[in-house]
Amino acid sequence: MKDTGSFLAVLRKELAIYFTTPIFYITGFFFLLLGGYFFYANTLYYSLLSYQAAQNIQLASHLNPLQMVFRPLFATLAVVLLLLVPLLTMRLLAEEKRAGTAELLFTYPLTDWAIILGKFGAALLIYAIFLGFTVVYPLAFSAVGQLDWGALASGYLGMFLLGGACLALGLFASSLTENQIIAAVTAFALLLLFWIIGWQQDIGAPGWGGFFGALSMMDHYDSFIRGVIDTRDLVYYLSFIYFFLFLTKRQLESRRWRA
Amino acid sequence: MEMMIEVQDLTKYYGPTLAISRLNFKVAAGEIVGFLGPNAAGKTTTLKILAGFLAPSGGAARINGRDCLTQSLEVRQSLGYLPEAVPLYTDLTVTQFLRFAAQAKGVEAKAETREVERVVAACGLGEVRHKLIAALSKGFRQRVGLAQALINTPPLLILDEPTIGLDPSQIVEIRQLIKELAGAHTVILSSHILPEVSQLCQRVIIINRGQIVASDTAENLSRQLGRGSRVRLTVPGPDAEVAAALRKIPQVQEVAGEGEGRFLVVAANDADVRPQLARLVVERGWDLLELKAQEFTLEEVFLNLVTEEETTEEGS
Repeated sequence: MKDTGSFLAVLRKELAIYFTTPIFYITGFFFLLLGGYFFYANTLYYSLLSYQAAQNIQLASHLNPLQMVFRPLFATLAVVLLLLVPLLTMRLLAEEKRAGTAELLFTYPLTDWAIILGKFGAALLIYAIFLGFTVVYPLAFSAVGQLDWGALASGYLGMFLLGGACLALGLFASSLTENQIIAAVTAFALLLLFWIIGWQQDIGAPGWGGFFGALSMMDHYDSFIRGVIDTRDLVYYLSFIYFFLFLTKRQLESRRWRA
Repeated sequence: MEMMIEVQDLTKYYGPTLAISRLNFKVAAGEIVGFLGPNAAGKTTTLKILAGFLAPSGGAARINGRDCLTQSLEVRQSLGYLPEAVPLYTDLTVTQFLRFAAQAKGVEAKAETREVERVVAACGLGEVRHKLIAALSKGFRQRVGLAQALINTPPLLILDEPTIGLDPSQIVEIRQLIKELAGAHTVILSSHILPEVSQLCQRVIIINRGQIVASDTAENLSRQLGRGSRVRLTVPGPDAEVAAALRKIPQVQEVAGEGEGRFLVVAANDADVRPQLARLVVERGWDLLELKAQEFTLEEVFLNLVTEEETTEEGS
């Protein structure tokens, strides 16, 4: 009960800071701007194909808005995520250290987990708000076409889990330094690494290909946006999040025994 | 007597640099103790360890009988801490920040508003409560820092340089505030301003180069470390002749003429030489305008202690 209270205290504080600083509005603006553009472009392409399909029955049978509009949309939004997440997380712990407020935060009777989960939770909520706005796209689409809402929900779940994983990694990067820029660059580099690590299996590196593929953020994301919820992918994202939050906790603890 | 703070052989290294070395002291519940020392003496380091922000390299610190390192969470529940640089969340308003402090310290939701109101009133923050902390002046920020420390009425207040960087009228206000806190809280505050410590604190711990050099009440320190009593004397007359006559009194160790008939007489072994001085002046037929025992100021005691240490060190 007491722990929930301290978790909520940190969560509320972080949300209040997100809402007073410009970073939330700027990242949100560009996330939705880019998302809107891709949705528009994909829909335009889809409608073009629909016209052609009017003359071509075979093509018409392949037309599926989920595959042609939303799957590429989710894929591109994931790239946008890679660029935006470091901006959302860079402040979380680095700024506490730089401004000295860590001295307040760590001398309040808060457990390390309350601090970490409060900060992670706030970032996740902010991201969920961004995602919430994108629901406008399928809603707009459903006005003119049929949508498989179940498959779409699976895509959103994938987006949410991918975002959570990126944010956990970004939080860890922020715990390493007191410089926000360094935190952002570190997060970006690590995210990129987990992104491209799966390319190994495409080049056909013997033996290791499957291993790297299993580590890749994108490979696990792909099944979600195809409308498939696989326990392996769920476990991957949840353990990824736990792993980086755990590393962050270790990093915070080291402050006590170091020096 | 119940002990609020017990510090045993507390040692802290920053890398190879020794910050504090085997500190030992105790603070009883309800006391206001001043931690005095020049810059980089180890004051802040000691307070950070007490507040649970740093781990000691050796020794132990206990607050209310609980270890600052191994029972950190319990210890942190019982203290309010004002760090030296007064770090604050500048992107929050005063009320938002104090609400966070209340929630973080486990104030119940029902009591939260009342508790925030209480510290806002106590620290005179009413007019700025809805402002962003970033927009506040140094004086108000200091008060916000103090306000967050006061939330939930912790039994122990750790205040690191509470009046540094304030203008004189603000200093007076903050000191008044700290004085009012006495009784409800045990207070340990650090300062390098001597009058402040002698005004506020019942007891002074003087620390230099990471070691405690003295610990007592301000008055006792002045008396004990003054080494001999001093008398200020004003006798308008032939300066040289008066000085020579004064030196003839057996217990008088030293006579320093300060011009225009003023003298500073130092007596050996704490002897009170005022009766002899008065008699001498009257017998000689001079006028006695002033005769006053002069105590050593804390400032002099402090300088004595600190420089003495340095000379012994150089000698050895």
